[in-house]
Amino acid sequence: MSGMRVALMVTCINDAIYPDTGRAVVTLLRRLGVEVDFPPAQTCCAQPMVNTGYLDEAVPVVRTFVDAFAGYDAVVTPSGSCAGSARHQHSIVARRSGDAGLVTAVSELAPRVHELSEFLVDVLGVTDVGAYYPHTVTYHPTCHSLRMLGVGDRPRQLLDHVRGLTLVELPKAEECCGFGGTFAVKNADTSIAMGTDKARHVRETGAEVVVAGDNSCLTHIGGVLSRQRAGVRTVHLAEILAATE
Amino acid sequence: MSGTFVGMPKFPVAARAALGDAQLRHNLAHATATIRAKRQRLVDEVNANCDWEALRLAGAGVKESALRSLDEHLVRLEETLTANGATVHWARDAAEANAIVATVARRHGVDEVVKVKSMVTQEIGLNEALAAEGIAAWETDLAELIVQLGDDLPSHILVPAIHRNRAEIREIFLAEMGRAGRPAPAGLTDEPRVLAAAARAHLREKFLRAKVAVSGANFAVAETGTLVVVESEGNGRMCLTLPEVLVSVVGIEKVVSTWDQLDPMLRLLPRSSTGERMNPYTSTWSGVTPGDGPQEVHVVLLDNGRTNALADEVGRQALRCIRCSACLNVCPVYERVGGHAYGSVYPGPIGAILNPLLKGVGQDKQTDSLPYASSLCGACFEVCPVRIDIPSVLVDLRAQVVDAHRGGVPSAEALAFKGAAVALSDARKLGLGERLAGPGLRLARRAGVIPGLSRWASARDLPPGPRESFRAWWKRTDGGRDE
Repeated sequence: MSGMRVALMVTCINDAIYPDTGRAVVTLLRRLGVEVDFPPAQTCCAQPMVNTGYLDEAVPVVRTFVDAFAGYDAVVTPSGSCAGSARHQHSIVARRSGDAGLVTAVSELAPRVHELSEFLVDVLGVTDVGAYYPHTVTYHPTCHSLRMLGVGDRPRQLLDHVRGLTLVELPKAEECCGFGGTFAVKNADTSIAMGTDKARHVRETGAEVVVAGDNSCLTHIGGVLSRQRAGVRTVHLAEILAATE
Repeated sequence: MSGTFVGMPKFPVAARAALGDAQLRHNLAHATATIRAKRQRLVDEVNANCDWEALRLAGAGVKESALRSLDEHLVRLEETLTANGATVHWARDAAEANAIVATVARRHGVDEVVKVKSMVTQEIGLNEALAAEGIAAWETDLAELIVQLGDDLPSHILVPAIHRNRAEIREIFLAEMGRAGRPAPAGLTDEPRVLAAAARAHLREKFLRAKVAVSGANFAVAETGTLVVVESEGNGRMCLTLPEVLVSVVGIEKVVSTWDQLDPMLRLLPRSSTGERMNPYTSTWSGVTPGDGPQEVHVVLLDNGRTNALADEVGRQALRCIRCSACLNVCPVYERVGGHAYGSVYPGPIGAILNPLLKGVGQDKQTDSLPYASSLCGACFEVCPVRIDIPSVLVDLRAQVVDAHRGGVPSAEALAFKGAAVALSDARKLGLGERLAGPGLRLARRAGVIPGLSRWASARDLPPGPRESFRAWWKRTDGGRDE
């Protein structure tokens, strides 16, 4: 990977609320010999605007995104949802702007954006990252990583190689947790019903930890579990992969 | 004798009421899980021999090519139908279509018609329009009969009484069958077989008596002037063959070009809808056949918003829909709230895009709420047999809803997003905001309130706010090198 310029797109939610996830990505990649850069001009992928219908408002945010990451060979992000936004939605925003330069910049950048498990397995070609995590864990595949990006079993391959980790199957794993961005407040009752069912399935596994590749979904699942005093914690995939003996 | 969706509240309000119905939640979870499993078994079976994805692409291609030159195909369909002895009518909207059907019925002096299960006649409110003319329209599909007798509303495209269990169906039959014709037999139990036998006896006298039948069509073949109805119970076959007069109301998007193109469609539809390799009854008819079946055949080709949908660059793919309801059965939102909350005969993910596309956005709050009735999980797109990218259409329709309300007094939400656009376009402003985020979250957790976010906190705890943002940590430690 020598000579490859890799940027960390930490995401706004990790930047503001889950800095440990960002730090874990830095630790993990450094351990694997990748010196990752953090372009300080980055903000957000604009998905909250796009998915709520505010395309005009998304235009300057996408412009900021493109400016921040132009010139990097690869952009790695600990979020399937934000990677999906960059890869599949920025072109919609760019077309809306009517700015041909932005359309081109987006189309050049989008394929270089990788979700963490994709970057590790496809770009670096590793599944054993040398992690140690002696806990019973269940894995929730988040909707956008699963169906928008198609990460498949890459996170599972990575977890399978973590020493000390016991992975237990989550019933109805592929069903949405009910977060859905502004869906969680615009349709709060339905979102809560979905989150409650997801939390029930997590509890059924007996796992200590529920892991996923998106802290937005984990905020929802963890929020329900915490309210239920369920005694199950949520941990981002990056933090498990960064952990060592 | 049927309910109405007119005046339904916005989706979140209707959903809240539905979520509180424990029996409904149980019925839906059981029914959708069963049908999902059946469908998946058959998709796996196809994949073992050939390729389900190739079949989906073929199906999408058939519908897409028909829609691309819809005008030509419709004119061709009119020619072939007319040559086959059918009378073709064109209807711009529900009122025109209903008037055409009523005129045919009146001309034959009937006070009742029998109906094949049809989404389009529900869309246009045909039963209510005929009732206003003194003509009773009898539903003959078992589930539609349950809905009609119960003065209820359909809640699913394929199984409109999915929200009812068999104990409820028994009660409806006992209380209502006598008012509509042959009463339920004494000693009716809730055994499916017994309930089906009661419906069979009740319907049989209607089939044998009716002079006029009304149907929709699953497909209309332009090349041969053939209409196709796919069904499970045989009630459709009765309606399509016994009466003297048949009126079929057909949405203009139902046209396919050639007979051969039915091949992928008839393989995709039953597997995606009922979870069967092949449906029990496939009826095809090409106009009038002398001495066999209805001797007077009418076809009403209906627009009712379909050309609006066709003009929508992103949304037009919704016209590929073959009404299989696979998207309903996998939708986590539909599974929990059921169909009534969507306020339309088209519920679920497809309803959340089809209704706004047919009716237009920016006119009523109920329709505008539908594109938001999704967590965008993408399960619907994954199962759609004609590859309608429902999540992308939902997102596009959300933008159309927001755009329709630009220019007036901005809502609190619109102001929030304008503010967010400013903050998120400049990392320095964002960094400033983040310094407040950690203490803000900690304060909110302690106080138990978050201004404007009570709908989150009503059932979900907030995450603990960090002492330091990632950005601040990176700067302070030079990316962890100085730690």
